[in-house]
Amino acid sequence: MKKFKLKKIDNKKKTFLYIFMIVVIYAIVMALTSAGIINRYYNGILITVCINLILVVSLNLTTGYLGQLTLGHAGFMAIGAYAAAYFSKTFMTIPQPFSFIIALLIGGVMAMIAGLIIGVPALRLKGDYLAIITLGFGEVIKTILLSMAIIGGAKGYIGIPRVTTFTSAYVFVIITIVFVCLLIKSRHGRAIISISEDEIASEASGINIVKYKIMAFAFAAFFAGIAGGIYAHYMGIIEPKTFGFNKSIEILVMVVLGGMGSINGAVIATIAITILPEMLRSLSQYRTLMYAVTLIGVMLYKYDPRVQVLMCKAKMFCAKINPFKRKEAK
Amino acid sequence: MELFLMQLLNGINIGAIYALIALGYTMVYGIAKLINFAHGEIIMVGSYTMFICIATFDLPVVLSIIITILACALLGVVIEKLAYKPLRNASRISLLITAIGMSYLLQSVFQLIFSANSKTFPQVINVSNVEIFNVTVSGNQIVTLFVAIFLMIVLDLFVRKTKTGKSMRAVSEDSGAAQLMGINVNRTISITFSIGSALAAVAGILYSSSYPLINPFMGSTIGIKAFTAAVIGGIGIIPGAVLGGFILGIIESLSKAYISSQLYDAIVFSTLILTLVFKPSGLLAKHKKEKV
Repeated sequence: MKKFKLKKIDNKKKTFLYIFMIVVIYAIVMALTSAGIINRYYNGILITVCINLILVVSLNLTTGYLGQLTLGHAGFMAIGAYAAAYFSKTFMTIPQPFSFIIALLIGGVMAMIAGLIIGVPALRLKGDYLAIITLGFGEVIKTILLSMAIIGGAKGYIGIPRVTTFTSAYVFVIITIVFVCLLIKSRHGRAIISISEDEIASEASGINIVKYKIMAFAFAAFFAGIAGGIYAHYMGIIEPKTFGFNKSIEILVMVVLGGMGSINGAVIATIAITILPEMLRSLSQYRTLMYAVTLIGVMLYKYDPRVQVLMCKAKMFCAKINPFKRKEAK
Repeated sequence: MELFLMQLLNGINIGAIYALIALGYTMVYGIAKLINFAHGEIIMVGSYTMFICIATFDLPVVLSIIITILACALLGVVIEKLAYKPLRNASRISLLITAIGMSYLLQSVFQLIFSANSKTFPQVINVSNVEIFNVTVSGNQIVTLFVAIFLMIVLDLFVRKTKTGKSMRAVSEDSGAAQLMGINVNRTISITFSIGSALAAVAGILYSSSYPLINPFMGSTIGIKAFTAAVIGGIGIIPGAVLGGFILGIIESLSKAYISSQLYDAIVFSTLILTLVFKPSGLLAKHKKEKV
């Protein structure tokens, strides 16, 4: 009984800590902006980080928690971006904050519908086949967008009001993360995780696999659509080729590097992968090379038995010298 | 009618190339359960090797082809040993990311060496055009088709008749049991990678002869298409890759001509989606029951 109570306090503390961090980060950014240290360039990077965070956290829902590999996340982002942009350009008269929010919601809902359309047949497939069908779906969306003259085609869709600010992007990041966290902690979330652990066993335990798979798929698509809308209203111009296979892979890499099914890891990996290339601008020629080497290196490093032994020893050593060590409950 | 025949021929031409590449994908998938995203880059490397051999060193065509094939086969084995072998017991997604990393690595290395600009591929196939039923068949198409079919027959005989081929089939069926029977799994996997890469090298030369502009990123598009072909036929199944390749090539070429010159990629990938919806593991796949 005592143990249970202790844990509860810990959780409360954690929640408080997270809220505190959210506020502090926002305050720091705002203070630096008004002091002029964060200029337009840095502001752009911060907004890109926010957009990537939404994408990564939402993909984490399908790939990390549900355990279904998808390679077409950028396709949902594209649908959201184009739908939101189309709305904003058509209804220019609606006053600004409302118009932006409605546009984002429309982008999200359109992406969600697309997610359902592809999700229902695709979820019959398993593993690599699901990955392939989502890859194909992403390419289909890109090609169709390329051929539609009404939204600019290959030249890009121009003249979207540039209303995304750091504040709005940040708010949507928080909403996404909180939503995914709450979902995962809920009954539905546990069902989703159980599917990734063992599909047959969870089906035998009475979990409606199809329902939960579609649910995770639809939510992930919804948030990807919102991220697309934010992106469109940040750039002011969107091109179909931005949302290709490479973008989907970029998001997937962030999810995998952060650790599948870990929000904290995903956030750290996203921030690192988005900011590092900007810092290495002087080495721009070698950027892709370094990126590739890092990818292979991290994967090899993670699974090399010698490295694993070293990591274990390091962990034990750290635990030994850790002055803040908590006493083990007996 | 003539237009139709011409487009059909174009489709068979590109389909044969897709089929050759798809064979590499399917063999590697069958044996290592890995979507080898770096396979497309082998095509690019093959084209560049051929380009260097002929344009820079001025070697005879046959010798250049042999060098290209050997170089690509070696590259395939090196990639497998360096990047995939240590991860054989890792999760599938880590392998996938490593393969993607490999593909980026090859692209960026070739971009650093040769710059991102396209280079013109030298003409290596000098066969005159033939006219059949008022339709001109170019020398390229004849050579492509013959080479592709020849290689497919050789591969089929190799996989069915030789001891190495048998061990390849055994490993793809059940690598654990194959190892217990005394098959050297590591060697078999290396051989599979080298054969797949050699086929990709040939496909690269044939492709660049038909579409003679090469750049460091050419591999990814052809690679994804060929991979789609392998999946349509049923990934892991060798005749499936050939069937898928030809189907995809013909669909692509006919939809380019008759439906839309912009939407053909969408049609190609919709074919993939529809195939998977109705035949969840490809056209030629056998239905496998899932065991608890």
